[in-house]
Amino acid sequence: MKEALEELYRQAEAELKAAAGEADLLAVKTKYLGRKGLLTAALRQVSQAPAEERPALGRRANEIKEMLAARIEAALQDLAAGRKEAALLAERIDVTLPGRGTSPGRLHPITQTTREICRIFSGFGFSVAEGPEVERDYYNFEALNMPPDHPARDMQDTFYIEEGVVLRTHTSPVQVRTMEKQRPPVRIISPGRVYRPDSDVSHTPMFHQVEGLLVDRGITFGDLKGLLAAFLKQIFGDETVLRFRPSFFPFTEPSAEVDIRCVMCGGKGCRVCGQSGWLEILGSGMVDPAVFENVGYDPEEVTGFAFGLGVERIAMLKYGINDIRLFFENDVRFLDQF
Amino acid sequence: MDLGPEALAERLTMAGLEVDAVTQAGPAFTNVVVAKILAVKPHPGADKLFLCDVTDGETTWPIVCGAPNTRAGILSPLARVGATIPGGYTIKSSVIRGERSEGMLCSEEELGIGPDTSGILVLPEDLPLGLDLADALDLKDTVLDISITPNRADCLSIVGIAREVAALTGRPLRYPEIRIAEAPRAAADVTSVTILDPDLCPRYTARVIEGVTIGPSPRWMRQRLEAVGLRSINNIVDITNFVMMELGQPLHAFDFRFLEEGRIVVRRSTEGEPFISLDEKERILKADTLMICDGRKPVAIAGIMGGLNSEVKEDTAMILLESAYFAPSSIRRSSRTLGMGTDAAFRFERGIDPEGVVRAADRAAQLMAELGGGQVLQGIIDCYPQTVPVAKDIPLRLERINDILGTEVPAEAAAGILKALGMEVRGEADGTWRVTPPTYRVDVTREIDLIEEVARLWGYDHVPTTLPSAAAAPVRKAPKEHAADRIREVLTGAGYTELVNYSFISQTAPDWLGLAVDDPRRRLVRISNPLTEDQSVMQTTLIWGLIQTMARNVRAGAGDLKLFEIGRLFFAGAAGELPVERDSIACLLTGLRYDDQWHHPDVRVDFYDLKGVLEGLFRALKIDGIRFDSANPEPFLHPGRACRIFVGGQAAGILGEVHPDLLERIDVKGRTVVCELDLDALTAATRAVSAFRGVSRFPAVARDVAFLVPRELESEALLGHIRETGEELLEKVQIFDVYDGERIEPGFKSLGLRFSYRKADKTLTDEEVQQVHTALVARVVERTGARVRGES
Repeated sequence: MKEALEELYRQAEAELKAAAGEADLLAVKTKYLGRKGLLTAALRQVSQAPAEERPALGRRANEIKEMLAARIEAALQDLAAGRKEAALLAERIDVTLPGRGTSPGRLHPITQTTREICRIFSGFGFSVAEGPEVERDYYNFEALNMPPDHPARDMQDTFYIEEGVVLRTHTSPVQVRTMEKQRPPVRIISPGRVYRPDSDVSHTPMFHQVEGLLVDRGITFGDLKGLLAAFLKQIFGDETVLRFRPSFFPFTEPSAEVDIRCVMCGGKGCRVCGQSGWLEILGSGMVDPAVFENVGYDPEEVTGFAFGLGVERIAMLKYGINDIRLFFENDVRFLDQF
Repeated sequence: MDLGPEALAERLTMAGLEVDAVTQAGPAFTNVVVAKILAVKPHPGADKLFLCDVTDGETTWPIVCGAPNTRAGILSPLARVGATIPGGYTIKSSVIRGERSEGMLCSEEELGIGPDTSGILVLPEDLPLGLDLADALDLKDTVLDISITPNRADCLSIVGIAREVAALTGRPLRYPEIRIAEAPRAAADVTSVTILDPDLCPRYTARVIEGVTIGPSPRWMRQRLEAVGLRSINNIVDITNFVMMELGQPLHAFDFRFLEEGRIVVRRSTEGEPFISLDEKERILKADTLMICDGRKPVAIAGIMGGLNSEVKEDTAMILLESAYFAPSSIRRSSRTLGMGTDAAFRFERGIDPEGVVRAADRAAQLMAELGGGQVLQGIIDCYPQTVPVAKDIPLRLERINDILGTEVPAEAAAGILKALGMEVRGEADGTWRVTPPTYRVDVTREIDLIEEVARLWGYDHVPTTLPSAAAAPVRKAPKEHAADRIREVLTGAGYTELVNYSFISQTAPDWLGLAVDDPRRRLVRISNPLTEDQSVMQTTLIWGLIQTMARNVRAGAGDLKLFEIGRLFFAGAAGELPVERDSIACLLTGLRYDDQWHHPDVRVDFYDLKGVLEGLFRALKIDGIRFDSANPEPFLHPGRACRIFVGGQAAGILGEVHPDLLERIDVKGRTVVCELDLDALTAATRAVSAFRGVSRFPAVARDVAFLVPRELESEALLGHIRETGEELLEKVQIFDVYDGERIEPGFKSLGLRFSYRKADKTLTDEEVQQVHTALVARVVERTGARVRGES
């Protein structure tokens, strides 16, 4: 009897090994373990074996039954797992196809550059001040020490609206308006649109400036140099070489033009710097006492400096743009690059 | 001087005289040398030509020449084979009427160095053969092109620059030597000067030179004039220009013959007075233009340009030479009014040296005698009725210099700088100096002007670099700046790209947009001197610019656009007031919703795309109480797909699809959606912080109802009635379906609404929900006439 049981087990194992799929496995299961299965029948026969053999036989028969059941179950699970895997693989996609959704738009390079400039000056404690773009002649010129018939007015060609009203040629009038409203100390920058009738590769009738003003007790020309140097190194990099050159603005004295060593040629001279090796970046100077007197500040009490720079110019240098008009043509193929 | 041109340029630039360019001025020819004509014989085949043997010292060349002055033994310029001469010619080996010619003998005119066309240029005999002609005639020079800032009138001359160079280098300055041999006859006997308006002409001097011969100027003078960009006219006119460039004093030479009564009267013009200036243009003068007149009529616009009626001509023999000081503002006004920005006006309006007037007259008279063969009459008429104010004894505190500059410039150094610049410095016991600048330094009148001079020559490089020590106030950011930043974030996040258009638009823009006659956007601010008609008024809407930008991009092949702009609008204000300026945001959307993504082929944008973005924007800005109202759509928008936007009951903007007629006009196909919002209104409506509300842990119960309503009924009409009840249990109501196809009777649509009910502190029972829900549905039906199509 024992022999018959072992034979049954070997036979079942062989059939399991040969089973090709779920149907075969289930057939083996029914054949041996089903209610009318061979192993089930063999188990029933254990009771007819001699009493002393019965416990061992019974144990063995149960053992075989469990082993077979476990084998079949495991094989069935393997099959199911394989099917799931195959199903997932059938869902395979092309991961190199572009993703779905809206890609973010861009900020205009002038906005990006203005923001960067303002961020740096904000770090130096400057707040943003604003003013009208259609401005009184008084604020745009006279209060800035440029009376009518002053030759310095030639420095800035002007759009006129009516007698005494102009499109501001710089954002300096904001400085005057701010000082009229506020007692010193003053630390402001005024970014914004300005207008001059001029149109070519390096001029557009509208462009953007950021101007700054710092007024306090004991401010010196050395402070002007230090602050502007710190700014230019932040915006153009620590290795930036710069120079302060005497110049003239009606509302500052002494005045300085600030140049940086040409970022294109490194100072050797190229088309961008007009072979000079230097790029004009900033106009600046100590606020002229006459301007302080115009706004009711006492030039013996406070001193200060002012500066101004063209946003487009900085953006052109940073991005290597050679025609200022591109900023205002708003070709999306241009705008998408920033 | 031991400085090369480049080093000098650097020194000048760093002292505030910006050198724009250092150029080598040279003749417009190459490979032209001094040559000698050895032999001349007639050309066998042409009467007027000669065959010459010409040597350049090394080789003897056969040259065919047609000049009548061709003669053996003379030295003349030879353009060798390969030479270039003005006009773009290159000399080639050639055969002229059967005779070989290996080069060309040249006239002055052919070489561009003079007017003489009568024959070949005859050179001095002592010149070495083969020498480059440019060297032989000293035609090479270095030209510094210097930008003079408007304050430095004193530097608008060679002597002015030389004074600066002397101060910078410490080298002595040599002025041109002036020596006049005067004739016995006195100028005062032949002419007189009367100044009727001394406020505009404080000083007028005149010299008389007789017996001049008009002719070309010598080459050295022509060269120098050309180097500064002036054209040579004749010896007398050239002398006036030359002295202006040399000394900075504009001069004028009148032909004395044409001065009626032989005298000069300086007076203001009368309104409408006609005058023909040297450029042969008739000018109608405004009153108050300062005129130089003779006994009867105007002969020059003072300080700007002479008159045609008294011009120096070929047969002029007697000259009245003017050297004057005119009030700068008067000259500037006249030159601007007349649109005549002459070299003379440029100098007068910046201010010339009132004490340099006589020297310049003398210098010019000297040259007229030397180069024009004239006799200078004795004496100068110097009519000087009104003193020109010059600065004297300006107080300067040494410590103020260092306080302003942040330097420690020693007293001796500061005084040395001022003295080098020609200033008189008087030390005072109280530490304050009294400084008197030279009369040509019209820009130096105050202490700060002196400090600038010290700084300039001390060197900005020697000013120590420091940082402002004063404590900064906290940086403030204006609410509008915040709002604009947030809007930029949201819109770029939604795929919109920012653009910046000019603030000016065409004055036809309001018509183009079809704005009503009383539309505030017709209150245009006009530019009185626009560059182009397209840029002649300030914008009152950003939409016009956006549409133009779209049209340009569409033409360039980019048809799927999501654009926005933040810009300023300008509305004409009351008389005497500045315009009202408002900041505005506008968006434009056209083409495919998802660009050309393979996921969504060909889904085109419509109204709801942009509306969704705006709703998101309002949420981001924490703005409540938004209403979209379809009444009174803009004329340039689609009448059925546009609305106005109200925030808290205030008009804040517009949204809609662009009218198809307008799109057709710019050849854009497909729906285009635009919006424009008032940034100031949005900023005002932005809530800074909103109070926290608890989140219920209990489940919501949803009920869906499909209402059948007339097609034109707006969903807001239903939702409004529901919201009005303020029902507490109703958490939200959403539209989940809009349908008007088959199975719906014509003229109607089905609106599917999902009502969500929830209570904060307990689970709602079906009965509780049903009671509230039934009441709400009944209310909608009652108020709007909607029919319930189905419910679940």
